[in-house]
Amino acid sequence: MKPLVLLSPTAILGYGFPAASLDRGLSFHPDVIAVDAGSSDPGPYYLGAGQSFVPRRSVKRDLVFLLRAARRLRIPVIIGSAGGSGARPHLEWCREIILEVAREESLSFRMAVVPADVPRELLLEELSNGRVEPLGPAPQLTAEAVNESTYLAAQMGIEPLIEALEGGAEVVLAGRCYDPAVFAALPVRQGYPAGLSLHLGKILECAAIAAVPGSGSDCMIGILEQGRFLVEPAGEGRRATEASVAAHTLYEKSDPYLLPGPGGSIDLQEAVFTQVTDRRVAVEGSRWRPASPYTVKVEGARQIGYRVVSLAGARDPAFIEQLDAVLQGVEERTRDNFSHEEGSYRLLFHVYGRDGVMGPQEPHPAAGHEVGIVMEAIADSQEFAEAVLGFARSTMLHFGFPGRLTTAGNLAFPYSPSDFKVGKAYVFSVHHLLALPDPRQIFPVSFEEVHP
Amino acid sequence: MKPLVELAQVIRTKNAGPYELTLDIIFKSRRIYEQVKKENSLNAALIARVYGVPEPDILKAIYFDPACAFKATMKRPLPCGDPGERDIYGAQQHAPLLNLLLPWEDEHESDS
Repeated sequence: MKPLVLLSPTAILGYGFPAASLDRGLSFHPDVIAVDAGSSDPGPYYLGAGQSFVPRRSVKRDLVFLLRAARRLRIPVIIGSAGGSGARPHLEWCREIILEVAREESLSFRMAVVPADVPRELLLEELSNGRVEPLGPAPQLTAEAVNESTYLAAQMGIEPLIEALEGGAEVVLAGRCYDPAVFAALPVRQGYPAGLSLHLGKILECAAIAAVPGSGSDCMIGILEQGRFLVEPAGEGRRATEASVAAHTLYEKSDPYLLPGPGGSIDLQEAVFTQVTDRRVAVEGSRWRPASPYTVKVEGARQIGYRVVSLAGARDPAFIEQLDAVLQGVEERTRDNFSHEEGSYRLLFHVYGRDGVMGPQEPHPAAGHEVGIVMEAIADSQEFAEAVLGFARSTMLHFGFPGRLTTAGNLAFPYSPSDFKVGKAYVFSVHHLLALPDPRQIFPVSFEEVHP
Repeated sequence: MKPLVELAQVIRTKNAGPYELTLDIIFKSRRIYEQVKKENSLNAALIARVYGVPEPDILKAIYFDPACAFKATMKRPLPCGDPGERDIYGAQQHAPLLNLLLPWEDEHESDS
């Protein structure tokens, strides 16, 4: 079987890569450029609001390089989890950027677009049929959570991507997608085993993060051969080592021996990592364990209100010493002030320099000579959130406490305006497994001919 | 006893999805790793204690030989992005591990 070369340019589309590394990666004569564009790590806002967490200009920059190179070499580009969260608006956002690049760079290609949206009625029906399970410690799904979610996206496996390649796609733009699938689709279609292909994909999806020194914005090469795969960073000055590649297998996963994904798990009980050159590691023994029924992860987020935040510092020792009493006092005054108002709100404080990062789990909750205070209000209207936060902020600024010397104000504000209107606030509402009779059922592939 | 920070080259935490936090401790050498693993010095009960959570919240505690690593995965106290949550990526929740002392006998000290 002919070795297959995969190029992973960057950890997330838009995170960038040195042009020299891409050139060096292209010198390996890749059969495909594949890139993961998404993650749920940046939190529920981006899925809920239909927004990308990577700036448009950064995504376009990467696409200019990748589409140019791929058309020159006549190899496919596969993009998964378009726009970050991979629901309909994210996919459309990324598609428009691709069309713009094609126009500006005079490129023509056949593009497959694969949305990953789950029809709301289907999820409700399958929920009532008992075919939806929580993933890990997520709560049981309710019809209310499904109905309140702005978008519902499922993580596709390799099957819809293979369908796109078989339809002659030169660019595959997929909605929410299992990160390793964009890398594994071509190898599996050409007969390579799913276990090795997906394990290679798992390592390549973060590009050079699996190298030393690690980087989320540099290229990585993967080569599939009979019975094993090889990984090597494209960037000069980086190496893949047994330790760096094995360690990456742990990354962001709950169990390193069994990595579950759409339709089954990558089983690494027998995986062996071997240093073959100074910069290159070989891996063998990774296996695929198909699951029945075939399940996909569904993600959704729902709006809980509107958020306003304010940042301030405090430098007065007496204020810092009595901070908990002050915060409690501010909370009580705020509650009293708005007790006759309709609507609900939450007022939250984070005290940096004390326990801002870990809260009650902080092992050393002692404040230093100064603290940073983040004040946050979430209310059911933007107007109410602004009022609550404005009141709490001005109350804290002038709050009296025993031994107060600094009667002109307790807080140092770095900015005017002091309050930042964040807009809609979201929480994750769906993180569940949905059983599908056919892995391609909710991932319809459509083709378009793109011309400048 | 020996400080964990002298035995490990990586001590990190990260989300494993919005509802789980996973911590990785990668040791400096295979001999150090094998010793820690043999004595089971790191385990679910210890992680539960240093994080102040009930032991059933520690969903996995696994030694991973290929990377000379111990991994534990726990239920997040608050899901990623919920109101009051403090670390969206879960990337800075490792501090309670930095003061850990592990049982260690003198004859192994040359390994570190």
